[in-house]
Amino acid sequence: MSAALLLLTDGRFPAGGHAHSGGAEAAVAEGRITGAATLAEFCRGRLHTTGLVAAALAAAAAAGADLLALDDAADARTPSPALRTVSRRLGRQLLRAARAAWPAAVLDQLAADRPRGAHQPVVLGATARAAGLTPLDAARAAAYESAGSPATATVRLLGLDPFQAAAVLARLAPEVDAVADAATAAAHRARTEGTGALPAASAPLLDVSAERHAAWPTRLFTS
Amino acid sequence: MTTTGVASCPRTAGRVTGGVRVAAVADGRGGTALPLLAGEGALAVRRTGTRAWTQQSPRPKGAAVTLVGAMSAPLGGDRMRVEIAVGADARLTVRSAAATVALPGRGGESAWYDVLLTVAGGAELLWLPEPLIAAAGSDLRMTTRVDLVRGARLVLREEAVLGRYGESPGRLASRLTVTVDGRPLLDQDFRVGPGSAPGWDGPAGLAGHRAFGQLLVAGSGTATLGPQLLTRASDVVQAVATPLAGGAATLVTALAPDARHLRPLLARTLEELLDGSATDIRPVPAAGPP
Amino acid sequence: MHQDHPEIFPQRHTMSVPGGHRALRVGLGGPVGSGKTATVAALCRTLRDEVSIGVVTNDIYTREDADFLLRQAVLAPDRIVAVETGACPHTAIRDDISANLEAVEELEERVGPLDLVLLESGGDNLTATFSKGLVDVQMFVIDVAGGDDIPRKGGPGVTMSDLLVVNKVDLAVHVGADLDRMAADAAAQRGGLPTVFTSVARGQGVAPVADWIRERLAESTAGAA
Repeated sequence: MSAALLLLTDGRFPAGGHAHSGGAEAAVAEGRITGAATLAEFCRGRLHTTGLVAAALAAAAAAGADLLALDDAADARTPSPALRTVSRRLGRQLLRAARAAWPAAVLDQLAADRPRGAHQPVVLGATARAAGLTPLDAARAAAYESAGSPATATVRLLGLDPFQAAAVLARLAPEVDAVADAATAAAHRARTEGTGALPAASAPLLDVSAERHAAWPTRLFTS
Repeated sequence: MTTTGVASCPRTAGRVTGGVRVAAVADGRGGTALPLLAGEGALAVRRTGTRAWTQQSPRPKGAAVTLVGAMSAPLGGDRMRVEIAVGADARLTVRSAAATVALPGRGGESAWYDVLLTVAGGAELLWLPEPLIAAAGSDLRMTTRVDLVRGARLVLREEAVLGRYGESPGRLASRLTVTVDGRPLLDQDFRVGPGSAPGWDGPAGLAGHRAFGQLLVAGSGTATLGPQLLTRASDVVQAVATPLAGGAATLVTALAPDARHLRPLLARTLEELLDGSATDIRPVPAAGPP
Repeated sequence: MHQDHPEIFPQRHTMSVPGGHRALRVGLGGPVGSGKTATVAALCRTLRDEVSIGVVTNDIYTREDADFLLRQAVLAPDRIVAVETGACPHTAIRDDISANLEAVEELEERVGPLDLVLLESGGDNLTATFSKGLVDVQMFVIDVAGGDDIPRKGGPGVTMSDLLVVNKVDLAVHVGADLDRMAADAAAQRGGLPTVFTSVARGQGVAPVADWIRERLAESTAGAA
C-alpha cells in the first residue's frame, strides 16, 4: 500500500467529491435510505454496479490503455446525461488537483484532449499511473469512492451517527476488495479484447433518480 | 486497445438448441426481400407481412417477421441464438409471438440467449420482442449486440420481468451493447435475481421493482427526447428518457412493479419518439390487461 | 500548499489558460444574515458600468443567493453561477476549491474576460475564510445586530480578512451595539488591516467597500503590467 494511494483517496484531497452524494440525497428524499441498514444496502448496490464499472475503467487507465477509448466506453455506460456531466466535471476537478500533485505529460495530454473534462474514473486511473500506483490501486480507489461518497453524504443528510457510517464502510471493505480484484482482471482482459471486455453493470434506478435530482430547484449536493 | 468487440459475450461455445437467422435486403423495387429466413431447434421464424415506418412515409415498405418459440425455452443448458442482418436501405420489423420464459434446467445450469443485430446504412430495424420472463429458479445469460452503421436507424425494445405472476424472481444477466461504426453508443449489463450482484434488489438496485424496460431509438432522422422525467417520484413506474452521448439516440429506462405497468409507458413513449404517427408499429397487447 | 506566496496574485491551478488578463477575485465571507448577498448586489450596481463583473455564490441550498441576485437584476443571468457545497460551504471555499475554480472559469468561458469576480461564501461561522488559491483578496461581513463582541472574539474571518465590513450600523442604536468598542476591538485584532462601518443597503452605504475594491483592481492591473 503506497502513501500516494492514501492521499488520492483522502476525503481532503481537493478533487470536488465533498459536494457529491453518489445518489444518496435523492435516495434519502425518496425514502430509500432511512438509516444505517438501508445505507449499507445502498452502498452495496452502488459498489457492485457503478463502482464496478468505475473501478474497471480506472484500472484500465492505470494500466496504460487508450484514455480516449476508455472515455467513450464510460459514455456508453452512462446513459444519464446528468451523471455524464457530473462525471466529467469531477474528472476535470480531479485532473486539476492531480496535475498539481503529480505533474505528468499524460495528464496534460488528457486535459488538452478533453478540455470539458474526461470521465472521473478515467482521470482517476491516469492519476494513479502518474502517481506510480498500480491498476489494482486505482480500482480500489474507485470502488471505495463509490461506497464512501453516499456514506459520507448520509451523515450530513440524515444526521446519521458517523460511527455507524464508518461501520457500514468497514463491513463493506471485503466486497470493495473483491470488486477491485474483478475490475482489475477485466481491465487486464481489455488490453487484448478491447473496452467491450470491461464491465457495464447498470443501475437503472440510480439513473432515473439522478435525472430527478438534477431537476430539483434546490439541493445540498451536486449529485 | 480497440473500442470494438464485446469479448465478454460468449458466442458459439456449446450446443445451440435454438437459432434463427434472418437477412433482409432492399429488393430494388422499393420493397424489402428476405433471402434468408431460417429457424432451427426451439426457435422458428415466420414472415408476417409488410409495414410502413409511418402511414405517410414515402419510403419503401419494409418486411416484418415474427419469432416463434417451438417450446417454452430457454431451459437451463439451452443456448439460443438470433442473428439478424438488415442490408443497406432495407427495412425490417421483428416481433415475437409470445413472451420468452426462462425456466430452470434439471441440473441448475445457465441458459444462454445471444442476439446479434446488424443494420447497414440507410436501413432500419425495429426489434420489438415480447418480454423476457425469468421464472423462479431460472438462470439466463442474455446478450444483445447491435452493430449500426452511420445512417442506420434502430428502434429496440427490451422488457424483463422477474418471476411469473406471484412467483419469486429468477436470475438474469442481460447485456445490451450498441455500437455505431464500431464505437460504443450504449453498454448496459443488467444483473438481477438471487445470487446475482449483491444489492440487486436494494435501494440502489431494483428496490422491489420486478419489471425493467428499455426503449432505444437511435440513428439518423430520429428525434431525441430529454432528458425528460416520464413519471413522478411517487409513481409506481419510474422512468426517464435520456439522450445518449454518442449522438442521435434516446434511451428510455423504466422500472415498474410488474409487466402490466411497464408496457403502456413504453408504448406511449415510443409513439412520442416516432412523432405519434407510427400507428402501424403500435405493439400488440401483452398477455395481461393493459 | 498555497500558504506562502511571495507574489501578490499567485499563479493558480487553473485549467484554462488565463492569458495576460485575469479577473480580480474577491471573496465575501461572514455569518448568516450579515448582508453578504446585499453587499454583492450593491457592489454589482455600483461597479457594473466600470468593470466586467461575474458572481459565484456558494449557498447552503443551491441557488438561493443566486436567485436573489437574479431577482434584483443586478447582473445579466449568465454572469451569476451557483456552486453546490454538499452542506459544507467552508470546504468549498477553503479546503477543496476545485468547484469554485471551475465556476470562475465557466463564467469567463461564457461571457468573455472578466475584470472582477465576486465569490460569496455560504453563511458560516466565524472560522470560514477563503483559500488564497481561490481569491486574491477577501472581505468579511459582520453586522452590529449579530453582537458587538464579534470583533473582540476574533477568529480567522475577523483577524485575517483584507477588509472587515461592519454592516447595518443604522441598527446599532436599536440593538444597543457599541460602535466605538467594535472599532477599537477590530483595530486591536486586525493590526493595520482596514475596517469599514456602513449600511450597504442604505443610500451610498456600499461606497467605501466599492472604493476599496477599485483600489485592489488598480493594484492588480499595475501588478500584471
